Amino acid sequence: MKKIMFISAAIIALCSFTITGYNVGDKATDFKLKNIDGKMVSMADYKDAKGFIVVFTCNHCPFAKAYEDRIIALNAKYATKGYPVIAINPNDPNAVAEDNYTTMQQRAKAKNYSFPYLVDSTQNIAHTYGATRTPHVFVLQKSGSDFLVKYIGAIDDNSDDATAVKDKYVENAVDNLLAGKAVNPTSTKAIGCGIKWKS
Amino acid sequence: MSIKKACILLLFPVLLISNKVTVVNFEQLQNYAANKNNDTLYVVNFWATWCDPCVKELPAFQQESKKYAANKVKIIYVSLNSGKELNKVQDFVDSHKLGPPVLLLSGDNPNVWINKVDTSWSGAIPATVMYKSGKKVYFREGDFTSESLDKIIQSKNK
Repeated sequence: MKKIMFISAAIIALCSFTITGYNVGDKATDFKLKNIDGKMVSMADYKDAKGFIVVFTCNHCPFAKAYEDRIIALNAKYATKGYPVIAINPNDPNAVAEDNYTTMQQRAKAKNYSFPYLVDSTQNIAHTYGATRTPHVFVLQKSGSDFLVKYIGAIDDNSDDATAVKDKYVENAVDNLLAGKAVNPTSTKAIGCGIKWKS
Repeated sequence: MSIKKACILLLFPVLLISNKVTVVNFEQLQNYAANKNNDTLYVVNFWATWCDPCVKELPAFQQESKKYAANKVKIIYVSLNSGKELNKVQDFVDSHKLGPPVLLLSGDNPNVWINKVDTSWSGAIPATVMYKSGKKVYFREGDFTSESLDKIIQSKNK
């Protein structure tokens, strides 16, 4: 019995270690997820969008909180240019109670979110995209009916202090896409809270 | 008693028992483990006070530290709290009797140093890297149980 338990623990450890998900250049799948107003939201709903800034984020994580105002600013700057923000909370509220739906609604209301804040209750979208932490950004560009992954990573290079940022990775990526230029860098890393997967 | 004397008397035991958190940049961190060219196994654990799974697994590291105290295993706790939270980290270290050493990594661009720790690391914590003789011998993004940590340390400490 002990042996079986150890083997299954090893398999679980191995599986959680294998990080799959999208690479830059891949086609991203659309989703149909519940917004804080109870309505379902898909990328296909945005007929005029040129692309999307998809942000996996949550309520409780200090990094998500540190970036909240910057996520709001991204939507304010880019929604009208054709790249709206779609925020998705992938965390299991059974792991962190603060990440529940009601608290999502409260945060969105308190901060007057001008973008959808969706709940990925099955965690399928986070898994498919390969999101691992919050906040984790995927910039997508619409190409016909496809959504191409153009950038994966951090919002900028300084979570601590928005005024000390040197590289605004997401802004640069979207600016380049709008100008028809190549995105560089196409992926970055940052410290963040690991996504709280269902056990 | 003079105030000065009272302060010294009060401070002295605090200085003796407290383990002061040291703020380091990435290059300085490397000198604690990655650049040590000897047969000690250096286990570097990246954590933060706000990270629940990190806090949960810390006792496992403390246990290992005691178990292998005489066996050339050195645990290095690296907090990734914001540099503004030094006091918070110090309070945590004092109340949990963590380390030494406990370092707070601050100031450098994570997009650069995360890959230097391990290219497979997404940046989520907890994460643990081990070095021996100046070489990386193990990396893991994710948490440990006491058993799984002990097993790895045993196998790397041969």
